[in-house]
Amino acid sequence: MKTLTRLALALGVSSLVSMPLVAGTPTVSESSTFEQTSGEDLYNSICQGCHMEGGKGADSGAGYYPALANNPKLAAPGYPIYVLTNGLGGMPSFKRYLSDEQIMEVVNYVRTNFGNDYQQKATLEDVKMMTNR
Amino acid sequence: MEPTQGISRRALLSWIGKTAGAVAMYQAMTSLGFAAESSFDSNNYELSGAPKGSSVLILGGGLAGMTAAYELRKAGYKVKILEFNPKAGGRCWTLRGGDKYTELGGHTQECKFDEGQYLNPGPWRIPYHHHAVLHYCKQFDVKLEVFNQVNHNAYFHSTKAFDGKPKRYREVQADFQGHIAELLSKCVDQKGLDQAMTKQDTERLLLVMREWGALNGDNEYVKGVESSLMRGFDVQPGGGLMPVEQYSQPIDRQELLNSSLWKHLHYGQAFEYQSTLFQPVGGMDMIAKAFEKEVGSLIRYNSKVTKIDQDDNGVTVNYVDSQNPGETMTETADWCVCTIPLSILGQIPSTFSNKMTSAIRAVPYDSSVKVGLQFKRRFWEEDEHIYGGVSYTDMPIELISYPSTDYHSSGKGVLLGGYLWDENSYEFTSMTPDMRVKKALEYGSKIHPQYMDEFDNGISVAWHRVPWVNGCYGMWTPETREAHYNNLCEIDGRIVLAGEHASYIPAWMEGAILSSLDAIKRLHQHALDSSKQNA
Repeated sequence: MKTLTRLALALGVSSLVSMPLVAGTPTVSESSTFEQTSGEDLYNSICQGCHMEGGKGADSGAGYYPALANNPKLAAPGYPIYVLTNGLGGMPSFKRYLSDEQIMEVVNYVRTNFGNDYQQKATLEDVKMMTNR
Repeated sequence: MEPTQGISRRALLSWIGKTAGAVAMYQAMTSLGFAAESSFDSNNYELSGAPKGSSVLILGGGLAGMTAAYELRKAGYKVKILEFNPKAGGRCWTLRGGDKYTELGGHTQECKFDEGQYLNPGPWRIPYHHHAVLHYCKQFDVKLEVFNQVNHNAYFHSTKAFDGKPKRYREVQADFQGHIAELLSKCVDQKGLDQAMTKQDTERLLLVMREWGALNGDNEYVKGVESSLMRGFDVQPGGGLMPVEQYSQPIDRQELLNSSLWKHLHYGQAFEYQSTLFQPVGGMDMIAKAFEKEVGSLIRYNSKVTKIDQDDNGVTVNYVDSQNPGETMTETADWCVCTIPLSILGQIPSTFSNKMTSAIRAVPYDSSVKVGLQFKRRFWEEDEHIYGGVSYTDMPIELISYPSTDYHSSGKGVLLGGYLWDENSYEFTSMTPDMRVKKALEYGSKIHPQYMDEFDNGISVAWHRVPWVNGCYGMWTPETREAHYNNLCEIDGRIVLAGEHASYIPAWMEGAILSSLDAIKRLHQHALDSSKQNA
């Protein structure tokens, strides 16, 4: 039993991952670091908090969260990589939370979903140029 | 000279160093602010003698805005507040039964707590040294009660230690101290510290260690009356022919070290959380309501600011009705105190200097989530004898806080079932409100098995989805403070900013009020100087 738990932790398996993923459903990391690896899982579990399901953003409050759906600012991969790495205005930087691989995966996910269809993939090198690590 | 046998001084220092170092690091990572005593000067904050006919427009009816309104009106200014919400208080907020709350994204929760039960989604504690908050509480007759932070019978829990079974605070504290004391006294006995200490000092240190660490006559921390008087008994002393008392077995030293449970000991020892902490009776928004009673007539509610403009003659602010956005309305004044959170202000078209604009855009807002859970009975009191205080865990919910009110009463009670930060906070923010409550229940039931049977209803607030703030509080770093903080606080033309984001006590109500008092003092002086020049 103990061995199994340790194995599960080593593989970064959280309790929810074993359940079928419903669209938009976040997963919970249990190791004090984001365990999600796919762009979709990362989006659902982090970005969706503000940019909402389907990347539709929010504008019903005193301020707003920009929609990522149909967003021409995502055309060049450098822009979303920059924003994730450095933060922007009220949005915190995610550099200390995410690996370069995770940044690449989630950037490519938002650039090919929610009505965006930018086929030029962000590469790990693109991300590393921005994160300097 | 290193001792040649037994525990070496190096080993001792490395053990203490490991634990103390980790605590310090953990503290640096999690602490919100910089624990400095509030610099509120109760004899020297009031203003008087406003230039005749001058007006101040205040943006935001939270504690910073209402403090400014209250003091500036007393000084003789004509004051008006524009507030986004249909009520005052901002983040000084309480959810009670019957309240409806719609978060960004559109999910509406109706709070189903019983009468008298509540959740403070934002601030929930007032340190005894937050003098400005306490000053206004006294002035406005807000009734306070003690907030219990440290409860020696609450739990420390780790999924990775002791088969996931929680330990009591008192057990971890007594054993942590006891083991350190034993190690140190062995070190002294081995004359490991002789170079640094006289014989008299050595004897004194041994005595201190024996008392502080509950060591026995042989300077050992073991099962016995001394340790049980600190950590508790297996069978407590009774009366008559009741069973004889039984001492409890301390946790093994290495196991305790590996468990990391000791990491949680420092919370209640930090200046910000030391006794005495307070809470308003009935909910934190009693403070907001008390301010509102004073300045409510100055507030224009449901006002969403859409543009802030200023020139040599005054300040012009455009706004729409936040419930029914229609035609743009306009408010003008000679001066403006803007308490809008930077996360929102940065999105509003405004006439600020470049350095102010840069400062406003330099402060990201942190993520945090709270979950309130109502249970059908107060099982933590009835079954587990936990009255108030906080249990800590390495699970995503981070802690469970027990109500510091209505102790020992029958009936229902509301727990703070999760207070999340960092990674898990982002994940919970991304969930539906129902899922947050469900997950908080799942995790919490690993500490309190009664959870599932006794659960009644729950509510959650994810601060990034709160419509009037887009986050929890302004996150400064030493670098952004250096580059932008003074620029943010200085008067920019006719406008000065105030709020927790313009303070060195971020996320605390004290920061908001002190920032406001400092801002209006400077603005008042500036207004006086300007009126002299124009005379």
